[in-house]
Amino acid sequence: MEGIWLIISIIVPATIRSATPLIFTALGGNFSERSGVVNIGLEGIMTVGAFGAVYFSYITGSPWMGLLGAMVVGGLFGLLLAFLSINFKANQVIVGTAINILAASLTTFLLVEVWGRPGQTNSVSAFSNWGPFNIFTYLAFILVAVSYYVMFKTPFGLRLRAVGEHPKAADTLGVNVQLTRYICVVLSGVLGGIGGASLSIGSLNLFKEGMVAGRGFIALAALIFGKWNPLGAAGACLFFGFAVALETVSSNLPIPREFIFAMPYILTMFAVSGFIGKSVAPAASGVPYEKGER
Amino acid sequence: MENKVSEFKARLQQNTKAIAYPLIAILLSFIVGGIIVAAFGNDPIVAYTAMFKGSLGSWSNFGETLVSVTPLILTGLSVAFAFRCGLFNIGAEGQFIIGSVAAVWAGWAIKGIPALLHVLLVLLIGAAVGGIWGGVVGWLKAKVGSHEVINSIMMNYIAMYFSNYIVMNLLNEPDKAFSHAIADTAKLWRFAETITVFKGSRVHMGIVVALIVAVFAYYLLNKTVRGYEIRAVGFNPYAAEYGGINVPRNVVLAMFISGVFAGLAGAIMVTGIQFRVNNLFGFTGYGLDGIAVALVGNNHPIGVILSAFLFGVLQKGGPMMQLKGVPKEVVGIIQGIIILFVAVNFIKVMIERYSEKQKIKKGSVEGEGK
Amino acid sequence: MKLSTVIEMKGISKSFPGIKANDNINLSVEKGEIHVLLGENGAGKSTLMNILYGLYQPDEGQIYVKEKAIRISNPNIAITLGIGMVHQHFMLVQPFTVAENIVLGSEPKKGTSLDLDKAVKDVEELSKKYELKVDPNSLISDISVGMQQRVEILKTLYRGADILILDEPTAVLTPQEIEELGIILKSLVNQGKTIILITHKLKEVMAMSDRVTIIRRGKVIDTLHTKDTNIDELAEKMVGRKVNLQVEKSDKQAASPVLEVKGLKALDTRGLEAVKGVDFEVRGGEILGIAGVDGNGQTQLLQALTGLQKPTAGEVLLNGKEITALPPRDVIESGVGHIPEDRHKRGLVLNFSLAENAILGSHRNKNFRGRFGMNYPKIREHARRLIHDFDVRTPNENVEARSLSGGNQQKMIIAREVDRDPGLCIAAQPTRGLDVGAIEFVHKRLVELRDSGKAVLLVSLELDEIMSLSDRIAVMYDGKIVAIVDAKDATEKKLGILMAGGSLQDEK
Repeated sequence: MEGIWLIISIIVPATIRSATPLIFTALGGNFSERSGVVNIGLEGIMTVGAFGAVYFSYITGSPWMGLLGAMVVGGLFGLLLAFLSINFKANQVIVGTAINILAASLTTFLLVEVWGRPGQTNSVSAFSNWGPFNIFTYLAFILVAVSYYVMFKTPFGLRLRAVGEHPKAADTLGVNVQLTRYICVVLSGVLGGIGGASLSIGSLNLFKEGMVAGRGFIALAALIFGKWNPLGAAGACLFFGFAVALETVSSNLPIPREFIFAMPYILTMFAVSGFIGKSVAPAASGVPYEKGER
Repeated sequence: MENKVSEFKARLQQNTKAIAYPLIAILLSFIVGGIIVAAFGNDPIVAYTAMFKGSLGSWSNFGETLVSVTPLILTGLSVAFAFRCGLFNIGAEGQFIIGSVAAVWAGWAIKGIPALLHVLLVLLIGAAVGGIWGGVVGWLKAKVGSHEVINSIMMNYIAMYFSNYIVMNLLNEPDKAFSHAIADTAKLWRFAETITVFKGSRVHMGIVVALIVAVFAYYLLNKTVRGYEIRAVGFNPYAAEYGGINVPRNVVLAMFISGVFAGLAGAIMVTGIQFRVNNLFGFTGYGLDGIAVALVGNNHPIGVILSAFLFGVLQKGGPMMQLKGVPKEVVGIIQGIIILFVAVNFIKVMIERYSEKQKIKKGSVEGEGK
Repeated sequence: MKLSTVIEMKGISKSFPGIKANDNINLSVEKGEIHVLLGENGAGKSTLMNILYGLYQPDEGQIYVKEKAIRISNPNIAITLGIGMVHQHFMLVQPFTVAENIVLGSEPKKGTSLDLDKAVKDVEELSKKYELKVDPNSLISDISVGMQQRVEILKTLYRGADILILDEPTAVLTPQEIEELGIILKSLVNQGKTIILITHKLKEVMAMSDRVTIIRRGKVIDTLHTKDTNIDELAEKMVGRKVNLQVEKSDKQAASPVLEVKGLKALDTRGLEAVKGVDFEVRGGEILGIAGVDGNGQTQLLQALTGLQKPTAGEVLLNGKEITALPPRDVIESGVGHIPEDRHKRGLVLNFSLAENAILGSHRNKNFRGRFGMNYPKIREHARRLIHDFDVRTPNENVEARSLSGGNQQKMIIAREVDRDPGLCIAAQPTRGLDVGAIEFVHKRLVELRDSGKAVLLVSLELDEIMSLSDRIAVMYDGKIVAIVDAKDATEKKLGILMAGGSLQDEK
């Protein structure tokens, strides 16, 4: 009995801790995709966010400035995706992929230039825990509620969903399609940046090469698994976080740890393939909007 | 006769454009990379000289560059081939990984057959397993319509963890974080064994295989009925279906072939260079780079060869810049910028916008019923 | 009562790449009238109205609304000026409710929140006031096309529009529904609204409008009072020459049945039965026309006949041989030519060259193969012959199909399908979106096919087309063929009643 309690007391906090960065990023992806822009670049955005947080905390000595820096840097990468996919109507998947490559090389380059060595940065001042968790965890849960409210209970939410489903309909009613998409994609960058920061100056106090390790893609998976709904996405993040947390006690489990790692990805494939309740993307997701199309 | 001349001219013009745009993009990216190098207090000329010398300056360096080029050609072909069928195969990475593991198994477990046969069998098995890994994505797309981008991303991670499981359990070299090595009979022939100028480089038969595969891909796509069908499905599946083309079958087939190319790349890396597979902590990058190679190569097999070569030069030359005090990561930045430029067709869009405006200014009147 | 001008457009010009859609257009609309913009497909009517609604910017020209000069740079400005537009393709967000669609863009608020209760109440009141009954809480995907049109009209009224633009509103309606729409429009005018109607259908102009402005190739030809003109004059002004609205066709004795359809059933994409057991035959040397309002199962019937979808019951015989549920390839190879209803979606691979398009469907034919793979020189030669024989206007056979005009694209499709010498030719909406010249060409070719003894199955939403081409007419309603009548005995009124689900007995 005591053993089970011990395991639970380990697993529950560990689940929430590993879900935290995913939640931010999944919320960000949610805004972007709901407005009609596919964001494959979340992984890269988290990476620059994680690096930016450490860099700005390093030069100012304040983790708060680090957080702000992460939001700005993430937002800028969101802006890049928005600019290329909205103004140039570039293939969003390709731009996202390019952002991922660019982010990985840019951060390793700057790492060497700023700290003079590859691998990882020095320690910087980071957020300490308030109670069982750091500030990011609390912020994440607040933002889930806020995102849900914005997306489904406000005029802006109605508009952004309309823009993602039928941009021309929104346009003819005077809704600014491009601006709405810009706001949502930049927002996804800001949120992804916070997600990255929660790794580097939340869970740790430094930036390591490859520290995001696919979390951007897991967040993408979570928002699909959560059917493009902030609450669903948060639930999926917790579930995927649980899979990671299980790993900490996996020596006691009869299944190989690699299987636990792979579980979020396998489940997501089931979800998009309709084997466990079909996930359907917003209708105009991934399609550039041509205003003058005849 | 006149028809043929004008036809040739039109084609030449089209091809020049198709080559010119990526070339300008590449040039621009090098300039941006140079500015970044200069901004951090290094001399871009020195850096680029070091890079090109390091990758092309001697036969052995050239040979090593070819070592990097070989898998890139194949993963690039993988992405490009799927693209021509309208499918975005982000999963070349996973197909590469799974192909490598299969090759290691075949190279280690099969024993006592002649070398040539063994190598061929290993390559074939790696390719086939990669093909199946890609085919699953195609099958899901054809059968239930689930998106290949999402599924192929997911299958990259599944491949990585699956590969790790096999490497650490079934093929594990005791107490090591890698697999058994393949038998000597399963190794590809290296040029340096007889051609002395390549001494000091590991360049192997894989490059020849890759080039043959590229020619094969070109022929298959552009000269056969199958290629016609695959391209028709890629451009417009509804019209293809109307024209009596079995769309699901072609989707599965295209993803299978795409996976075959990536799996073959993995098998060639195993039989030519690594001889074993490591327990992976992240992606190998060969499959992901394939996306970039295909893009810059305009999804054309010949373009893929050229762009794979470019990326090979960058990857081989990068570390040489490091010796001159320039971080090799500059290369990654250049790669990223090249992709961005090519991805948005930046130059093309600018030129088209300009000429469109000119046309409107002239006010050329053409009725719709022309 | 003195009339006042509510809309005045002066010297409007607008170019798109390769085409001048509007060329120095002048238009004035008076308060309380129903003003029709008449013109062929591609004449520039919709472009002009999109400019008025702020979706496009004119290159030149000035717009006056209620006698004030104004620049309408986006729909918001048009909306505040009291202009509302109902688009040809409905602008409705499918997964939203009726109320959500109506308030989108000018939502009622409670604090920062969206006040959905008020939205529902507002919509209810509005629909009562204008007698346009809708359920505010239904999802768009669950309501009928006629209902969706009401939602579109309500959208404009919710924003206080007193000038309504309707773009081809009758395309999806039965003759009877068109009459109802006419009543709705009249009652809107009585409540002080002004209506601009875009159409290319001459009869509607005569039935519904007070005045009509005719546009041809981007230019205004004339503005007339409806009561002072007639159909022939309008047709001539619209097309630019005398038009023979009748198709020349000799009497011909039909031969034995080529296509026999028995008890055919098929589902739509939502899994509902769309074709509910139809029986008919098409004989050699005749054109059988299928009349009906869009969405009564024609699309599914065509798909089930051509193998694009599997029927759930019934059989299809071609020259006595069963071809039920065969895949498209086998249907093609058994001798069925198919001019599809959507040429961009089905008929052509727009990124393929004309040569490659010319063999779509017969690309496996031995004639087009060489020793290794396909024989491209031979394929190009084949395409050149089709281009010549069917008068397709194109620089050569290597250009992408995308670059051709709609009429020439359709000619290419017809060339390909007819050249295959099929025993049965299925022509679906063969003239949709074409100008009169191209329409005449298509009609001539279909009649030629019939005269050479082939069976032709014509499916069209244009009742005039059905009536002038067919030897026999089958009317399709709600997934069933409700009647097959001889073309000689058919009148528009009779067919209209049948198309709306009525029966001819009730009439007497």
